[in-house]
Amino acid sequence: MPMVPKRLKPYAMIAPALAVFSLFYLYPIGYMIHLSFHEWNFISPEKTYVGLGNYREMLADDVFLQVLRNSALYTVMTVLLATGTALPLALWLNRKSGFHAFVQGAIFSPHIISLVSVSLLWSWLMDPEYGLLNGLLHWFGIGPLKWLNDPGTALLSLVIVAVWKNLGYNTIVFIAGLQSIPPELLEAAALDRSKPWTTFRRIILPMLSPTLFFLVIINLIGSFQVFETIAIMTQGGPVHSTNTLVYYIYEYGFRYFKIGHASAAGVILLVIVGTLTLGYFRLLSRRVHYYG
Amino acid sequence: MAPSRADARPVFATGRGAGRPAAARFRAALDAALRIANIVCMLLLVCVFALPFAWMISTSLKTLPETMRFPPDWIPDRPVWSNYADAWNSGPFPKYFLNSLIVSSGILVLQFLTIIPAAYAFARFRFPGRGLLFGLVMATLMIPPQLIFLPVYLMLSDWKLLNTHFALILPFASSAFGIFLLRQSFLQTAGELIEAARLDNAPEWKIMIRIMAPLARPVLATFALFSFISHWNDYFWPLVMTTNESARTLPIGIAKIRETEGTATWNVLMAANVMLAVPVLLAFFAAQRHIIRAFVYSGIK
Repeated sequence: MPMVPKRLKPYAMIAPALAVFSLFYLYPIGYMIHLSFHEWNFISPEKTYVGLGNYREMLADDVFLQVLRNSALYTVMTVLLATGTALPLALWLNRKSGFHAFVQGAIFSPHIISLVSVSLLWSWLMDPEYGLLNGLLHWFGIGPLKWLNDPGTALLSLVIVAVWKNLGYNTIVFIAGLQSIPPELLEAAALDRSKPWTTFRRIILPMLSPTLFFLVIINLIGSFQVFETIAIMTQGGPVHSTNTLVYYIYEYGFRYFKIGHASAAGVILLVIVGTLTLGYFRLLSRRVHYYG
Repeated sequence: MAPSRADARPVFATGRGAGRPAAARFRAALDAALRIANIVCMLLLVCVFALPFAWMISTSLKTLPETMRFPPDWIPDRPVWSNYADAWNSGPFPKYFLNSLIVSSGILVLQFLTIIPAAYAFARFRFPGRGLLFGLVMATLMIPPQLIFLPVYLMLSDWKLLNTHFALILPFASSAFGIFLLRQSFLQTAGELIEAARLDNAPEWKIMIRIMAPLARPVLATFALFSFISHWNDYFWPLVMTTNESARTLPIGIAKIRETEGTATWNVLMAANVMLAVPVLLAFFAAQRHIIRAFVYSGIK
């Protein structure tokens, strides 16, 4: 960049990236907030200002309240199961042998394939008539279950799929965290004949808490945004039992063309994700003090 | 972490079992049994993840009546390879494939062009507003596509860019995660190297391209793996931004088979699914360590 004066050089180097972020991430947030105060069907040239009308309409909508409940329930179950199971798995699988690497690879594999693949595969596994899962249950003399076709089990079925997909990622991140614990600490504990549980409580868990914390947050944020499995496997049904926030926004925007209403739901999601993120950084800055 | 069991064993062997061969032999047998039980449990765990994929392949080789048996069989009577041809012919798959390739590589090229200079500037220059601008970049790390698709859709619609490759590429033309990762790597590069080059009056862009970028090659490769696989797999963004075949990518095409073929043709659907998932799985097992590292680094996407 011979033409750019020296002082402006760093700005010129950042400019392309910043242009992308401003145009496609920051400006749209403002635009969405603006739209959430209007009524617009996407086609008419006029956008009518309705103030908080969309929000009021939404909060009075039973479906939206159910959507919030579904999102919260789905998120809590997924995060508890996917991180809660990953920690013992990581403790168990954290060895450096070829066989352990193979097992780690196997449980990680669902994480790198498309959610389309995962969704189609599990729709078939959970097929109420000919699916493999009911086949296995039949073998034990249980079932058949209706899985995705029953409002009582549909959301839980989606949680199972999410746990299957994310468990390997969480386990591998935990293993990375375990391997960064200074070995002297564990050797000292072993010399002291400290019981495994005490070693876990007093050394491993505190040293692992930043990792645990990181995983809980990204699992929380990721689960609140669930869309693909719902769009492919249930379309929000049966009777709204799997309708969650992003799918709700998608339906209101692209099926009912109620842009203002969809934007207002988007702002709610923004507030949820933003609160989680800020909370994470607040707590992180306090924790760095102890572990830094 | 298994410090406990591995480290505790010698203590038992010397302390209690030393003078008592029978007890020692019992201990050894118990240890062997535990080790075998451990391996069996691990294999069961592998099954939880391997069986669904095996089931997918098994179904893809069945006839339609064979898929409708209960309880289901694992091995088809005679493998029906034509399911793959049926899947491939059920839509313009060469086009989907090409679109996926164009979009994923287009994104990667633009990302390299924007993140390398930005990361370099953040790592190597001091300038007013640096902290603020870096904070701004990091803030976008927290804005997932699921949050802003509606306004971006309206913008792209205004610009008449829906159903084009641009709609699928431009929003991802830079990456906050990439800038973060690369800046970390640039910060670690020896300062003397750059000072020497600066004394030689080498222009800044030359330092960046000739010295810094090659040194950061492992990080760039890690990022490339992550970015390419993520966008190759992406379903959400192309679903929202396309309404016809002109820019649709492979995952959309596969998911659409279900609509065109009807929901019950699971053999053809699973054949399509094998074509989508197995190449990625093979790539994964060929470069497992690198891919795992790429995704573990990625954290918040």
